[in-house]
Amino acid sequence: MPTEILMPALSPTMEEGTLAKWLVKEGDTVSSGDILAEIETDKATMEFEAVDEGVIGKIIVAEGTEGVKVNQPIAVLLEEGESADDIGETSEARGPDEAKEEPAEETSAKAPEKAPAKAKEDDAPPKPDQTPDWPEGTEMKTQTVREALRDAMAEEMRDNPNVFVMGEEVAEYQGAYKVTQGLLDEFGAKRVIDTPITEHGFAGIGVGAAFGGLRPIVEFMTFNFAMQAIDQIINSAAKTLYMSGGQMGCPIVFRGPNGAAARVGAQHSQDYAAWYAHIPGLKVVQPYSAADAKGLLKSAIRDPNPVIFLENEILYGRTFEVPVLDDFTVPFGKAKIWREGSDVTLVSFGIGMQYALQAADRLAEDGIEAEVIDLRTLRPIDYDTVLASVMKTNRCVTVEEGFPVGAIGNHISATIMQRAFDYLDAPVINCTGKDVPMPYAANLEKLALVTTDEVVEAARQVTYR
Amino acid sequence: MAARKAAEKPNVSADDLKQFYRDMLLIRRFEEKAGQLYGMGLIGGFCHLYIGQEAVVVGLESAAEEGDKRITTYRDHGHMLACGMNPDGVMAELTGREGGYSKGKGGSMHMFSREKHFYGGHGIVGANVPLGAGLAFADKYLENDRVTFTYFGDGAANQGQVYETFNMASLWKLPVIFVIENNQYAMGTSQKRSTSTEDIYTRGAPFGIPGELVDGMDVLAVKEAGEKAVAHCREGKGPYILEVKTYRYRGHSMSDPAKYRTREEVQKMRDEKDPIEHVRDLLISGKHASEDDLKAIDKEIKEIVNASAEFAKESPEPDPSELWTDIYADDIPQGAAVEEDA
Ligand SMILES: Cc1ncc(C[n+]2csc(CCOP(=O)(O)OP(=O)(O)O)c2C)c(N)n1
Ligand SMILES: [Mg+2]
Repeated sequence: MPTEILMPALSPTMEEGTLAKWLVKEGDTVSSGDILAEIETDKATMEFEAVDEGVIGKIIVAEGTEGVKVNQPIAVLLEEGESADDIGETSEARGPDEAKEEPAEETSAKAPEKAPAKAKEDDAPPKPDQTPDWPEGTEMKTQTVREALRDAMAEEMRDNPNVFVMGEEVAEYQGAYKVTQGLLDEFGAKRVIDTPITEHGFAGIGVGAAFGGLRPIVEFMTFNFAMQAIDQIINSAAKTLYMSGGQMGCPIVFRGPNGAAARVGAQHSQDYAAWYAHIPGLKVVQPYSAADAKGLLKSAIRDPNPVIFLENEILYGRTFEVPVLDDFTVPFGKAKIWREGSDVTLVSFGIGMQYALQAADRLAEDGIEAEVIDLRTLRPIDYDTVLASVMKTNRCVTVEEGFPVGAIGNHISATIMQRAFDYLDAPVINCTGKDVPMPYAANLEKLALVTTDEVVEAARQVTYR
Repeated sequence: MAARKAAEKPNVSADDLKQFYRDMLLIRRFEEKAGQLYGMGLIGGFCHLYIGQEAVVVGLESAAEEGDKRITTYRDHGHMLACGMNPDGVMAELTGREGGYSKGKGGSMHMFSREKHFYGGHGIVGANVPLGAGLAFADKYLENDRVTFTYFGDGAANQGQVYETFNMASLWKLPVIFVIENNQYAMGTSQKRSTSTEDIYTRGAPFGIPGELVDGMDVLAVKEAGEKAVAHCREGKGPYILEVKTYRYRGHSMSDPAKYRTREEVQKMRDEKDPIEHVRDLLISGKHASEDDLKAIDKEIKEIVNASAEFAKESPEPDPSELWTDIYADDIPQGAAVEEDA
């Protein structure tokens, strides 16, 4: 049966084109790979090759014709033994299925498919889970955040031989910030690996190792340097499960200090919380206390997904009470209420919590009772705890150290607006770092960071007091 | 195919030759069909054909053993077919259908198969190189005897992360074969215009990685070099580089008018160096196969490819609910080391 040669789509966006020139004429024998015609697309002039062999029986669209639609027949190819007289057959011979084989038009004509809602809970009343993180009466010990993080890694490494740590100075030097102290001694050089200074490379090797069945913990000396590796984190670690239709998971933890330290200038002082929280496929954790650091890091190491674990250099040396339990973990997506109150909700995470808690103390002196919520994880976010609180207090202030544009607080505000608009008695205020690179001078650095004063002021504003 | 044991001697049997012919022809016909479906609007976006480069993957796969891993770039259809992935599933992924290897969510550039140890399908030039070294890292850590074939282009060879990876792969003696598929162009940029060295494989030397230049239009030469590289890795000597000189006949992707080279240059390659014609000549002149034998193979391949196209058209689009699946895993991914070792 003669086959029609159709106007080809020659670019991702082409819908029609110009048949600039025929390089064959009726009666010519062609074989696959021969150039049949030159076609002008929306971008370029392209050569159009034959796929099948045969004889050109008829040229339907003359050269020079503009606006030839994709999939329109432009010529007819005859097989061995056929003649131009057989041509009439083609259109009748096309079965109903083939006749409607014009997906380019079909899709554009089709009404856009409505995206299925992921979860219908948007209108549902919030159901916060505020069960305690450990049973009442649990023995507690005082620990720094640094020690808690180290213990979390050590415990998980004892538990699973496929967990290993790699990064710059993590082994022999015991960690640039001493978070991996003692791990080399206990687990040896096979599992505690000093890397060259090569973030992009070792992040990629870590992701590959996770694809290959291991459970890497990749330490960035600080998250400022993870920008060198951001492609591997986002394009390789976060997206591959989806792109592979669920086949290729990436259980990896990227951890290290994030945000401003003290007087280290613009290139070493950025908070990346909002950057990573933007990415579906990542989980993002930013603990404040030592107990959360430990319980969340253990959860992160066990999680089958890539987890960004944002620590803070200033918090490393802070001490907190940590439960003495054999296996203490904190689940993702469960915020912690540090202080209950009925007048205003302060939402924060990581080092922002120190401003929020100080502000709450100061506000209490003036009789304003703030409820202070530590999000703990930014992906997933515990919206329910925030919403339930705002429905009670009717006012909200968010606190974070990152830049103001596209901040976590912006997203929290939008969510409250959508799901608790009628409960709000004042617009939500976002307290953030200033919209400037971090300055070096001591006084300017203080001004660039979010301050307790600003949080107090914002809380007064939303409570009109 | 992956299970095929490497021959002890570089000379190959008539059956091997026929298998090479068949495997390369499958890739070529599959790609031609993909080009056609693209023209019909059934395949969209970027689609990078492998036509001309068939001997590279077919030769190297013949040197691989069961369990060895492979990872490559967006120009990945040939690799998938050569490692034994089902043409139906590959074609259906190209058309973005439910029956595709990634359920239609990956597309031409992003396909994977745990079963065949094919780790994708990556769209960022250079980024699959450390990933491949990471797979080899896992194998070394788990003390199994596997090798990872990490394929990338001549253009990718100028990415910084490639050299970061060379350094660590050599430092840690990772069992990874870096296969530079030098098809002489990175989109419209010839190697001469982008690359300071003529022989890219020599760039391993400063890192202590041995390498060699291989004629990528000769499947037997590729096989022999592959066996040498595999042996090197399995002996625990660390990485190896194969710079395989090859040529892509088609444009970089479907929408590339390829104005940066002459039609004569392409035609000369096709006429004088075609990898499939080469094996065909060996089969006929060595009297290992008759014209009729080869015609039968051609016919069989044509049927497989047509069936894959039919499957890819018939397979439904993914259910809209698929939009929300596979973003997070709720368990250890299947095929994790623990299971694989069992
Ligand atoms: C990081 C990055 N930069 C640019 C591109 C766009 N791009 C896609 S393929 C390509 C050329 C790569 O050539 P080569 O490595 O020789 O591989 P080939 O396409 O020849 O197989 C470019 C520039 C990309 N995908 N990723
Ligand atoms: Mg190239």
